[in-house]
Amino acid sequence: MTPQPPIAMLAELTHRCPLACPYCSNPLNLLTRDTELSTETWADAFRQAAGMGVLHLHLSGGEPAARTDLVALTEAAVQAGLYTNLITSGIGLTPARLDALEAVGLEHVQLSLQGVRAEIADRVGGYRGGFDRKMALAREIAARGLPMTINAVMHRHNLDDLEATIALARDLGAARLEVACVQFHGWAARNEAALLPTRAQTDAAKATIAAARRRLRGEMAIDFVPPDYHSDYPKACMGGWGSAGLNVTPDGRVLPCHAAETIPHLTFEKITDRPLAEIWYQGAAFNAYRGTDWLPEPCQSCARRDIDFGGCRCQALALAGDAGATDPVCSKSPDHHRIRARLAAATAPDADADTAFVYRR
Amino acid sequence: MQMHDRPFLPRGVRLHHDRVRGVTFLLAPEKAVPLDDIGLAILELVDGKRRLSDISAHLARVYAAPEADVAGDVSEFLDGLRALMYLRAAP
Repeated sequence: MTPQPPIAMLAELTHRCPLACPYCSNPLNLLTRDTELSTETWADAFRQAAGMGVLHLHLSGGEPAARTDLVALTEAAVQAGLYTNLITSGIGLTPARLDALEAVGLEHVQLSLQGVRAEIADRVGGYRGGFDRKMALAREIAARGLPMTINAVMHRHNLDDLEATIALARDLGAARLEVACVQFHGWAARNEAALLPTRAQTDAAKATIAAARRRLRGEMAIDFVPPDYHSDYPKACMGGWGSAGLNVTPDGRVLPCHAAETIPHLTFEKITDRPLAEIWYQGAAFNAYRGTDWLPEPCQSCARRDIDFGGCRCQALALAGDAGATDPVCSKSPDHHRIRARLAAATAPDADADTAFVYRR
Repeated sequence: MQMHDRPFLPRGVRLHHDRVRGVTFLLAPEKAVPLDDIGLAILELVDGKRRLSDISAHLARVYAAPEADVAGDVSEFLDGLRALMYLRAAP
């Protein structure tokens, strides 16, 4: 079966970032500035992506505003015909820079939110004053009428503020709120015990989201990524491996998902070595877990086979030691006890004593 | 959606004809909705000037269908998009 063209490309323009979030999903070893792709190489990648059917481009990082050529990169993406979204913490963006981004056709901004008060937000981000700067920038974005999503990254330390988070996103003028519960890839794995929410928090969050969706229908759209350790079934990571999206790292490696480099037996090709379309359609890494033929039992005969595609490969590797195994989040996985053990250890009543963040610095 | 409402696509939402797939998409923040011929025919008339009644009357003529039926279908389609924030309406 011929794979479909990708819908979305995540361009990780840089790994540099002023924040030090304990939940950072970037790899343990960050790429340095001297390894980053040039403006022209990125522009060529955007044109290749558009030519092969990519519709959405997400300019991400690290903090993409750390790239001095962000406006030129955005302009190149818009000219390639891509729907261009900037994923930012807001730190490093000024009103003048926003004006320039708007002038070249930036279509949407996704602004991350670490908390609803300076005290918690700055503690999570490890950046004093970050919350106040972010709020000021959010109002600059809204004043321009630039469409904005607030991406609230949530975990044990801020999930109880979910109602206030929804209210803040409304107050800031966001047309969309993404409530993204932390996933434990990259650096975040070091902070799993400190960040895992409790079962009670997870159940309360689901109820709060359901009620808010009804209440705010037509006023603000809400997407919810629940904490999957508490789920019965795994998430359909990336909508299926090599099915809908691709990531490009700051030095040009093309990945089927953000954390794919943790899978040691896969080799990832660079956009500077091979055309993007060949990497997508013919690359060994993209074909390794594409479709459902490779799936083991209990997935192969499961009614959910074509719904969740066996879950997340990186999570299967991290928790079951095999990237080709059923995601241990699944209640049918023979490794599911590992999830229960992690949850029990992290959310036991006396566990709070050992939850100091390991900051990404 | 009322018959006198004038629907429009807000900033950040637009039609995009994808030559690779031969399909027109409604592109919105982090979403891409493939449109069938009817959805496309409706959205091509959504410009913030035409009222729902104008759009329905036009499509009823083109498709030789009863205007009341068309208005119901168009209204349902546009209300669905409005709930997702892909569409707004001016009075």
